[in-house]
Amino acid sequence: MIKIEHLVKNYGSTCAVDDISFEVKKGEIVGLLGPNGAGKSTTMNILTGYLSSTSGKVSIAGYDVLDHPLEIKKHVGYLPEQPPLYLDMTVEEYLNFNYDLKGCKLNRKKHLQEICEVVKLKDVYKRLIRNLSKGYRQRVGIAQALIGSPEVIIFDEPTVGLDPKQIIEVRNLLRNLGKDHTVILSTHILQEVQAVCDRIVIINKGKIVADELTENITRAVENNRRFMVKICGPQKEVLNMLRSRPGIVYAEVLAQRDGDAYCYNIESEVGIDIRKSLFYALAEKNWPLIGLEALGMNLEDVFIAIVDQSSGSKTRYEKNDRKASKNNRSDAELDFAKNAVESAKQKRGGEFSALFGEDEEDK
Amino acid sequence: MFAIYKKEMRSYFISPIGYIFVGVFLAVSAYLCCTHTIGARSYATGMYFQQLLLTFIILIPLLTMRLFAEEKKLRTEQLLLTAPVSIWGMVLGKFLAAVTLFVSCVLVSCVNFIPLYVYAARERGADTSVKLYEMGPATGEIIACVLGVILVGIAFIAIGMFISSLTENQLSSAVVTIVVLAIMLLLDMAKKQIQNPVINFITHWVSVMSRFTNFMHGLFDYAALLYYISIAGVFLLLTVRVYDKRRWG
Repeated sequence: MIKIEHLVKNYGSTCAVDDISFEVKKGEIVGLLGPNGAGKSTTMNILTGYLSSTSGKVSIAGYDVLDHPLEIKKHVGYLPEQPPLYLDMTVEEYLNFNYDLKGCKLNRKKHLQEICEVVKLKDVYKRLIRNLSKGYRQRVGIAQALIGSPEVIIFDEPTVGLDPKQIIEVRNLLRNLGKDHTVILSTHILQEVQAVCDRIVIINKGKIVADELTENITRAVENNRRFMVKICGPQKEVLNMLRSRPGIVYAEVLAQRDGDAYCYNIESEVGIDIRKSLFYALAEKNWPLIGLEALGMNLEDVFIAIVDQSSGSKTRYEKNDRKASKNNRSDAELDFAKNAVESAKQKRGGEFSALFGEDEEDK
Repeated sequence: MFAIYKKEMRSYFISPIGYIFVGVFLAVSAYLCCTHTIGARSYATGMYFQQLLLTFIILIPLLTMRLFAEEKKLRTEQLLLTAPVSIWGMVLGKFLAAVTLFVSCVLVSCVNFIPLYVYAARERGADTSVKLYEMGPATGEIIACVLGVILVGIAFIAIGMFISSLTENQLSSAVVTIVVLAIMLLLDMAKKQIQNPVINFITHWVSVMSRFTNFMHGLFDYAALLYYISIAGVFLLLTVRVYDKRRWG
């Protein structure tokens, strides 16, 4: 359905998209996952004909984007990052305008009604878009993309700015759309693509770093065994003990403290549950364990997990192996991993660390 | 293209801009017409049209300033550019909307001439041997001038639209348009101060006003027609190129 071959986009001297190739089959839901500035939006803008590529070929439904831009645009519904809304129109007027703009041939009243039912816009149908909340505005944007029932639907960060309930609604909506449309969505939230997509393409610095089925990514994520523990006891000795324990591949002290307890990040070897043995070992030494919390993964972690999974190395934090394994990676991946290790050190322990998008912006 | 045309027409009249344009245009044209004809006890309309052109310096930017600047600011241009409409379709849709509003105002403002004909009819009295157009306002001249004014307006709208496509700030779009239009109209005045024949030739060639004089004499000047249409065409093309270039940038 969608075919991207060696796509390159330069903005002046900066390279936003660097040789991306992938294919999307009919009826597939593909998630473009990547940190901010990874080139997701640029890729989508090229797919929809808003921008032109510097080089490379993009075709949708057999039409080349450059040769048949109008044909492509008829086949694609697009929700840009910021929904393109005319604030001085009512929802009704806006949707009717889009209906005209897209030269839609379906029965106007029935079609718009269906869309409004799908995205739940009935209550605000006669209201000015200016007066709508962010969540409703996003829905109007989604409704706009659905007009004309295009074969391909492209959503750029569809859930940004929505409250948790709305996020779940939009995800359900996306899943339903995937039944009879080809959907591409971009996000920097891992859970989102896991919940919705069949396949995940991870982009970083304009390059594809992973193109996997969601199951594979989920497996990689589950292999993560990283905890934050709070232990009362002499800091140095506890750390030495943690580091020397079999099954623990990495341990570090955090600046954070809880009463007289120090906080540590530890990571276990894949497939080994260290929690029980750790508890008994600490009890033996009379160092009370007052907290143990599994840490979620952020995008960097996922990335490392995937790279590790594919390269087969499991002991990524072991000092000796670190250099060797890094040498096998490409430059971009190396940078990414370096950042990941540094930022991971600062970020562990947040309740929402799994929503790495938010972390990303805090930095 | 028609959808965009419709949308623009609509947005002129849900914001105050359309009403301000129509209101100011009709009021100013009525005032000018009064002072230059009835007020001056004359049937000559040439001065009226010439002064009307000067008001375009302020009025045309009202029509054109938001056409593209606002789309860019609200990011709605992304919607238009990813819809199955060509860039030409988008530009022409907006252009025609502005032209429609402008031309209808000019045509409505023709009611200003009715009093002249009424006066002329009264002055003639019962003597029907004298034709009305021989002693009253020169109808041919008026028709030529109205056509001339419309042509100038169309050229100005294209210029204003092009300037609007360069910025995302309505105000700066308006200010730049005012300056550009003022230069184009007032070059003729500067011409009288300058003796250098080369500069004179250039200003005469560029000046919008100098080409308008033939219309004021009741002549339909095909060279001027071509001149104004070309200006409009060139600036429409430039607007399209602005969007083309952004895609490739």
